[in-house]
Amino acid sequence: MVRLFGPLVGLFFAVALLWSFGIGAYTAATDPSPPSAEALFVEHPKHVEFSFDSAFGTFDKAQLQRGFKVYQEVCSACHSLKQVAFRDLAALGYNEAEVKAIAKNWASKAQTFDPKTGDRGERPNLPADHFPAVYYAGQGVPPDLSLITKSRHGGAQYVHSLLTGYAEQVGYKNEKGQELLKMFPDAKTPDGLYFNPYFANLNLAMPAPLVSDDQVAYTDGTKATVEQMSKDVSAFLTWTAEPKLDKRKQTGWPVLGFLVFATALAYLAKRNVWADKH
Amino acid sequence: MSFPWANEYKPTSPLMQWVDQRLPLPRFVYNAVGGGYPVPRNLNYMWNFGILAGVALMLQIVTGVVLAMHYAANDKVAFDSVEHIMRDVNWGWMLRYAHANGASMFFIVVYTHIFRGFFYSSYKAPREMIWLLGVVIFLLMMATAFMGYVLPWGQMSFWGAKVITGLFSAIPLVGTPLQEWLLGGFAPDNAALNRFFSLHFLLPFVILGVIILHVWALHIPGSSNPTGVEVKQESDTVPFHPYYTAKDGFGLGLFLILYCALVFFAPNLLGHPDNYIPANPLSTPAHIVPEWYFWPFYAILRAFTADFMFIPAKLMGVLAMFSAILVWFFLPWLDTGPVRSGHYRPLFRKFFYLLVVDVLVLGYCGGAPAAEPYVMISQIASLYYFLHFLVILPIVSSIETPQPLPFSITEAVLGKDEHAVLSPTQPAVA
Amino acid sequence: MAEQASIASATVTGEEGVRRRDFINIAAVSVAGVGGLAALYPLISQMAPSADVLAESSTEIDISAIATGQAIKAVWRKQPVFIRNLTPEEIKKAEAVDVASLRDPQTLAERTTAGKTNWLITMGVCTHLGCVPLGAGEGEVKGEFGGYFCPCHGSSYDTAARIRKGPAPKNLEVPPHEFSSDTVVKIG
Repeated sequence: MVRLFGPLVGLFFAVALLWSFGIGAYTAATDPSPPSAEALFVEHPKHVEFSFDSAFGTFDKAQLQRGFKVYQEVCSACHSLKQVAFRDLAALGYNEAEVKAIAKNWASKAQTFDPKTGDRGERPNLPADHFPAVYYAGQGVPPDLSLITKSRHGGAQYVHSLLTGYAEQVGYKNEKGQELLKMFPDAKTPDGLYFNPYFANLNLAMPAPLVSDDQVAYTDGTKATVEQMSKDVSAFLTWTAEPKLDKRKQTGWPVLGFLVFATALAYLAKRNVWADKH
Repeated sequence: MSFPWANEYKPTSPLMQWVDQRLPLPRFVYNAVGGGYPVPRNLNYMWNFGILAGVALMLQIVTGVVLAMHYAANDKVAFDSVEHIMRDVNWGWMLRYAHANGASMFFIVVYTHIFRGFFYSSYKAPREMIWLLGVVIFLLMMATAFMGYVLPWGQMSFWGAKVITGLFSAIPLVGTPLQEWLLGGFAPDNAALNRFFSLHFLLPFVILGVIILHVWALHIPGSSNPTGVEVKQESDTVPFHPYYTAKDGFGLGLFLILYCALVFFAPNLLGHPDNYIPANPLSTPAHIVPEWYFWPFYAILRAFTADFMFIPAKLMGVLAMFSAILVWFFLPWLDTGPVRSGHYRPLFRKFFYLLVVDVLVLGYCGGAPAAEPYVMISQIASLYYFLHFLVILPIVSSIETPQPLPFSITEAVLGKDEHAVLSPTQPAVA
Repeated sequence: MAEQASIASATVTGEEGVRRRDFINIAAVSVAGVGGLAALYPLISQMAPSADVLAESSTEIDISAIATGQAIKAVWRKQPVFIRNLTPEEIKKAEAVDVASLRDPQTLAERTTAGKTNWLITMGVCTHLGCVPLGAGEGEVKGEFGGYFCPCHGSSYDTAARIRKGPAPKNLEVPPHEFSSDTVVKIG
């Protein structure tokens, strides 16, 4: 039975697939779908090196503090960071008093609600609080940045590329020398959006946030170039997405070392046991 | 069952004798995975993967139970509760990464186990029941893994749940009501998340139960082996313990090295970035893909792009995808050749390797965007997949001339020597 | 572990080889055991209070609105804390008690901050079996000693929240606290 019906079922699927294939091939030959502007002009993230890249790499705390400053002074106007609590900033090297002060002085306050009176109010943030929600009334929906480097292909490199990748759209050419607006006149960036070849659909609602050197006043002597600020905030956002990165790698090496040792022993033991059977 | 020469459990301590007379559990274990289970002496490393699959399941259960202590199955807080695990719970990041990558390791091991079964025709008589139970385990694993992936309630969780339950809507007449029943709503939301959590917690224990049946069925004929020649004499076997416990111990070490390398150094390598975006029912990710272990089947699903006769393309795809696994149930009766091992089946062997390549190609296409040339490649690859199992195997098994088999396992190991008998004093001829 | 194997090989390799082999086998099993035990650590540790819970181990409370003779219930570490503004009569009553006669001898001064003896801050957790005593809320029974009364098993506390009657063994616990200002107290 099985040997009779099996081939019949197999042939049924085979014919159906050939049918799909034929129709697909015919369509591809007669009515090929044109390449999209995104496919030709969206760039892969730039290659930038970060201290935490390699299997031994760790966060550079000074860089994270600078990146936090960039977030605080530039990004936090529109972007929330709700998975992160002020107390977590201790990992950046701030002491308890500094964390408390950062929380207390944070521009947007924690919301309160008095169930007796129904009054809504505000109070300064405490270290135990998460970063407060941000309400943005303008165009676009600024995403929460807590996990941004983990939720985009390319991670920190992508964030850095996006921040530094704004370009003039008129006359923009990709690496092959194709000119965007000549090939795709419809791809012209609408008013209120900004052209950026690192963004998935080339146009985004966020204007270039980092525009001039020393936009953020660094206190550790580092020159606050746009490139530097962008790298620093990308590193900071890697920390917000994966705060346990250092601990993960620090745990990983001893674990792997132990396992290699144990496996080598297991191999020797296995050879012992089998010594008389081969 | 066992071979007549199997060692008998003889507890020496009075305590163990006392236990043995009242609850022979140690005897049971001894006969199952101890010195009382004679196993062919020639098993290669491909035979490690059964035990490894068992270990992977236990790892998943342990890490999963622990994660469930912190996870909240509610659509409003599920995503944040996973981040709470990653940030605040002691070692939570490690436990979650261990669970997520443990699923991948489980599938790597089980796929190897299955393809070992294909190559050595482990499904052939008298081991059909082991094989059938194995396919059941695989189906349960797929269901469990799918529901587990929904729990973090990220974008891929949500849209994965929507797409996969959407498959059921392809069924004529009852499809849409069935989908709504599965979800407890019109789209995935709190009801779906809660029931998926409940079932995701339950199913691993069902899998454990079926594994016990799988191993029980294995112990009736005993393990197969790379020659495919059945055990004939005592010199063909060695006791499971210490021989295979030692070998499995080494294999387990290698497994754990790969596993920990993933967990500690590339924990998100096999995941998808979109699942770190909270579920948003109003915005679909540009490119929905399931986890990598579903990619070959996802490619088959998407390969059917045109209505065929009176069957809509969507239904064809769903039928084909489920058939791609269901066909494994019929393998023992599709491949009826007398010889088991691929080592002695030259023609079968060629098609087997073609199948391996074919499934890898399907996997690659399943993970790629639904665009040309991937769709056309997956159509050709799906075509071969079905032909392989349903047409080629029956034909090959009838027409091929197998190579001569060794007389026995002992002969295969020690060489064809009339005087070769196993004895500790005589050096073995390799 | 590898008894059969090593016994079988004994005839071939002699005593020396057996000992070395046994050693490796024992070492392998022991190392695996150590690894297994080490893996238990995170599994056990994960049940301890998480970072967000520990972060809320201290709390600041505004006491400016508590009039003399009133009390409020605050929450500290997910447990009730009674903050009572004692009246002069209550203070007098508490100080009049012979400390030696108490089950858990403590003076009011020992239970309050110097200069702020009118602020009695205690856990709202009966030291018997953990019920929340009555007496802090408006119109609640204060028990025969005018402090707190636990309805579960009838423990009565006096105006310094010391146990006077009933099964509870200890006075209501005074949590660590300090006054950040005249109107704010930090507990924990």
